[in-house]
Amino acid sequence: MRGASQAKWVVAAVAVALAATACGSSSSDGASSGPVNAQGTFSYQSSEPQNPLQPANAMEVGGGRVIKTLFKGLVDYDPSTGKLRNQVADKIETTDAQNYTVTLKSGWTFHDGTPVTAQSFVDAWNWSANVKNNQINSDWFSDIQGYDAVHPDKGDPTAETMTGLKVVDDTHFTIALTGPVSYFEYKLGYTAFSPLPKVFFTDPAKYGQSPIGNGPYKFVSWEHNKAITVSAYDKYEGLDKPKNSGIVFKNYSQAEAAYKDLVSDNLDVLDQVDPSDLASYKNDLGDRAVDQAQGAIQSISFSLYQDSWKGQDKAKVRQGLSMAIDRDTITKTVLQGSRQPANSWVAPGAMGYKDNTCGEACTFNPEKAKQLITEGGGVPGNKITVLYNADGGHKEWVDAVCNSIRQATGVECVGDPKPDFKSARDLIKNKKVDGLMRTGWVQDYPLNANFLRDVYGTGAAANDAGYSSAEFDRLAGEADKATTVEKTAELYQQAEAQLAKDMPAIPLWYYKTTAGYSKNVQNVKYDSFGDPVFTQVEVKQK
Amino acid sequence: MGRFVARRLLQMIPVFLGTVTIIFFMTRMLPGDPAAAMWGDKAADPAQLAAFKHRMGLDVSIGRQYLNYMGDLLTGNFGETMAGRKVIDVIGEALPVTVRLALLAFVFELVVGVTIGLFSGLRRGKAFDKSALVLTLLLISIPVPVLGFIFQNVFAIQLKWITPTVQDSMNLGQLILPAVVLGSISLAYVARLTRTSIAENLKADYMRTAVAKGLPRRKVIGTHLLRNSMIPVVTFLGTDLGALMGGAIVTEGIFNVKGVGNALYHAINLNEGATVSGFVVVLVLVYLAASLIVDLLYAVLDPRIRYA
Amino acid sequence: MPDLIEKNAPAQAVASAEPKPEKPRSLGLDAWHDLRKRPVFIISAALIVLLIAFAIAPSLFTSVDPRAGDLRLHYLTKPNYLHFFQADWFGYDGQGRSIYARMIYGARASVVVGICVTAGVTVLGGLAGMIAGYYGGWVDTIISRVTDMFFGIPLLLGALVVLNAFTTRTVWSVVFALVALGWTQMTRVMRGSVITVKQADYVTAARALGAGTARIMFKHILPNAIAPVIVVATIALGGYIATEATLSFLGIGLQDPTISWGIDINSAQKVIRTAPFALFFPAGMLSVTVLAFIMLGDAVRDALDPKLR
Repeated sequence: MRGASQAKWVVAAVAVALAATACGSSSSDGASSGPVNAQGTFSYQSSEPQNPLQPANAMEVGGGRVIKTLFKGLVDYDPSTGKLRNQVADKIETTDAQNYTVTLKSGWTFHDGTPVTAQSFVDAWNWSANVKNNQINSDWFSDIQGYDAVHPDKGDPTAETMTGLKVVDDTHFTIALTGPVSYFEYKLGYTAFSPLPKVFFTDPAKYGQSPIGNGPYKFVSWEHNKAITVSAYDKYEGLDKPKNSGIVFKNYSQAEAAYKDLVSDNLDVLDQVDPSDLASYKNDLGDRAVDQAQGAIQSISFSLYQDSWKGQDKAKVRQGLSMAIDRDTITKTVLQGSRQPANSWVAPGAMGYKDNTCGEACTFNPEKAKQLITEGGGVPGNKITVLYNADGGHKEWVDAVCNSIRQATGVECVGDPKPDFKSARDLIKNKKVDGLMRTGWVQDYPLNANFLRDVYGTGAAANDAGYSSAEFDRLAGEADKATTVEKTAELYQQAEAQLAKDMPAIPLWYYKTTAGYSKNVQNVKYDSFGDPVFTQVEVKQK
Repeated sequence: MGRFVARRLLQMIPVFLGTVTIIFFMTRMLPGDPAAAMWGDKAADPAQLAAFKHRMGLDVSIGRQYLNYMGDLLTGNFGETMAGRKVIDVIGEALPVTVRLALLAFVFELVVGVTIGLFSGLRRGKAFDKSALVLTLLLISIPVPVLGFIFQNVFAIQLKWITPTVQDSMNLGQLILPAVVLGSISLAYVARLTRTSIAENLKADYMRTAVAKGLPRRKVIGTHLLRNSMIPVVTFLGTDLGALMGGAIVTEGIFNVKGVGNALYHAINLNEGATVSGFVVVLVLVYLAASLIVDLLYAVLDPRIRYA
Repeated sequence: MPDLIEKNAPAQAVASAEPKPEKPRSLGLDAWHDLRKRPVFIISAALIVLLIAFAIAPSLFTSVDPRAGDLRLHYLTKPNYLHFFQADWFGYDGQGRSIYARMIYGARASVVVGICVTAGVTVLGGLAGMIAGYYGGWVDTIISRVTDMFFGIPLLLGALVVLNAFTTRTVWSVVFALVALGWTQMTRVMRGSVITVKQADYVTAARALGAGTARIMFKHILPNAIAPVIVVATIALGGYIATEATLSFLGIGLQDPTISWGIDINSAQKVIRTAPFALFFPAGMLSVTVLAFIMLGDAVRDALDPKLR
């Protein structure tokens, strides 16, 4: 899930490239291409990792993207078609979506030369899931049988290993889940499921400063707060062999600074164009500008746990407020085309996405908005606040949304900035918001279930609104038990229809990747997480 | 002299402890749970959260935490960041950068400021003096962020003399422009202080004596006038050094300099209490050292002051 | 001897202007006569009066609501410099709001912060400085060391930490933070000044005549020791206004619905290349305001400083 740009929470490493994109995107087979220097390295705009570089310990992009280049799991996603493909896995078999048998390819090695075996995976997962090891993504293993024993809610673990994981031989192991999860393979693409070499377990902390992985790049150096350097691993066995010889993850604290460096060719690949340069970046960069959809959505949620928002009538007020927002104008002006107006709760590109599930309620209509708000009994005190974090570049659009609501309906609306992401999240997580709050979701894996169950299910970790609908929960429960992913997606679409009735959160717009690259590189493409496809970047000959 | 220094050092101990105490409680009383923020938008894992708090020493009373912190500090242990790095390492990376930046800014404001001030003071009311006054007034009144943007746009984007941001924070050449921005406001103060002081001392008796003795003009200005006029300037510069190091938050942000200001700004936003306190400890030490040097410089500059 | 050092070189150098104690009564009047003739004073005073008028009654200068914006019509519309005093005189900002109206309304926050912080630090710091200077001894030692403690914390950094503790920040939280961290400056100036004055013959005379401590402090010492404090305070006022804008620029100062030039500068920097006018007007207004107060401080210092007359 993504909250603020201050600490962009990229959660999964799975990657689905989106087919259709708005403007001429990254493929630069045009005039700017030139002879390639296979020995060339390039730089990428990054930020300091919050945690040591251990695969299950990165939730934010700073560490997440570095880890993505250093490790490769059982599966990943083909960046050009978006299809799930096997990497270290030769095949993953199941008949009941609950018990899986994994067969590994042979020949894969870690950067220290030791082989990647079934044991490398099982040991890594057991270690990462263990509560004592404090891995930030340990809950990714919670589907596996025996997780409760290594990761109890309170106290010390009663076991060192999860009963659901069994090594058969060097190239085979089995996974048993606590129940059927039809999309478990999707989850396996996440970096938390990476294998770890033997040397890791001798000193995990030291390892975290100079990790040894099995991915397309090997670790070279980490100059804290300055740069992380990785270089291509020549014995890499994966399908995505690097077309360059290394990456420098350059640390920037200001996106403006990174952009200025990109324009002057002092930085090669950008993460995101900063808001101050959005208006001109297509002019500045020409065909090196990138503008494509991302698997993320921005919304405003209601504090449904407060009395003022309870009751069936209030759904009308919420729909009215949604209609009072002029999404088209705001995305075109204040957001300078960097977002696409939303009309559903799932970002396009995710499997199971359905256009216009929000319908009329997401269309700007001041008269109807006023009427619905009156019918629903009005807004308490005729005043609302929108809580957001001031450090994430949200101020401009929150102000614009408030202006839009104020002018369309006469309801007084002010932004309520908290100094930073942390203090805003504290209030939201502890359910202490009185009014509206900025919420957002970045896909963990590209499936509508991830946008729906994890955000709107009763008691879900990211259910910031405190939404609870028996109907929604029933449909979601059925969907999870389905044996095929297609069926799951379809059932979740029915659950999404319930959101349109209750409007626990107003969908605003979908994210887009607005980025670019320098004259030194070509063939720069971005996946639906907004990450560049590092291995495909080609460095031009000087 | 030795006794004076010893006495000053003794006096510094309570000041040092007091400042560290103030900043400790200020940072620990910030709202929000720094540990829970590690999980971002997701709900924190309760077991891990408790373990984490225990490791960071956050699960005891605030008074206990304070005693632990001070105890550690006396043994040279600055604690750890949330990510498990040693705060002393974080300081070790940022400090050399900022020392360079601050020293550059310091030299800039000292040399240029005193020069402008000296000539203005000597030619009081003349064209040079008047234009210098206007220039310094403008520098003082333009807010730092605006000045930074102007410089960046003019010198980097229009003239292309330099890269818009600092590529290598340790490279002195690249730090010149940020240093100029950082030092410009103080430069204006230095120039005006020097000017006033020079103008005042021009009327002093010893000046009349020096001129009457027939000393060459260069010597009169160099040894007598300038030396005697430097006391207020030195006082200002002494307090300014600390401000330059801790107050470069805006400048370091605009030019992407990986120094103390940048690190502090992020540490404050992330509620990294140990990191903030650690940096402040260092800044306070710099400040105390600077004020001691200032006191000693008084004796050098003004022969009437002697420390027994 | 520390006392000697500080007497020779007051810690706050701008305070080097110490009034001569011979003609205490006429000093203020003298200064006023002198001030009235200075063009710098007249210009800065006029500017400040105008600013205060903006702050008190902004609606006299514009009828436009500074919070009303229309994105469809006015997004970053360029200025029309011939439309004097109208909504589009200086163009529209990124929310489609009139930059001219926001410029006028923004004066209030700056003026209130500037004046309240200055008043706060002068009263609080001045009182502490007077007590330290008058009593000397251990009282002085304690107050001076506390002053030192605060001096070690850079103002901007301290304000960042203090303001982070407020969940909703208004003008008053900014005033609180700046007073809490800034009072020590006045303490030093006042202390140095009081130490000089208290040795004067008339103080000894007053004490010999049996005057009480309070009387000596407020009737005899204060009027003669206040001049350097006034000088430093007037100059510092501009600095506080700039600090408020810098804090708001960093996103940790004032917040909506308060209108502040610092907030507007912050928003405008994101469109600096497409709409430089959105940055120019609030930044210019801020600079002019700071300039006016510093010029006033300069003029006051020159007038109060007999040595330079």
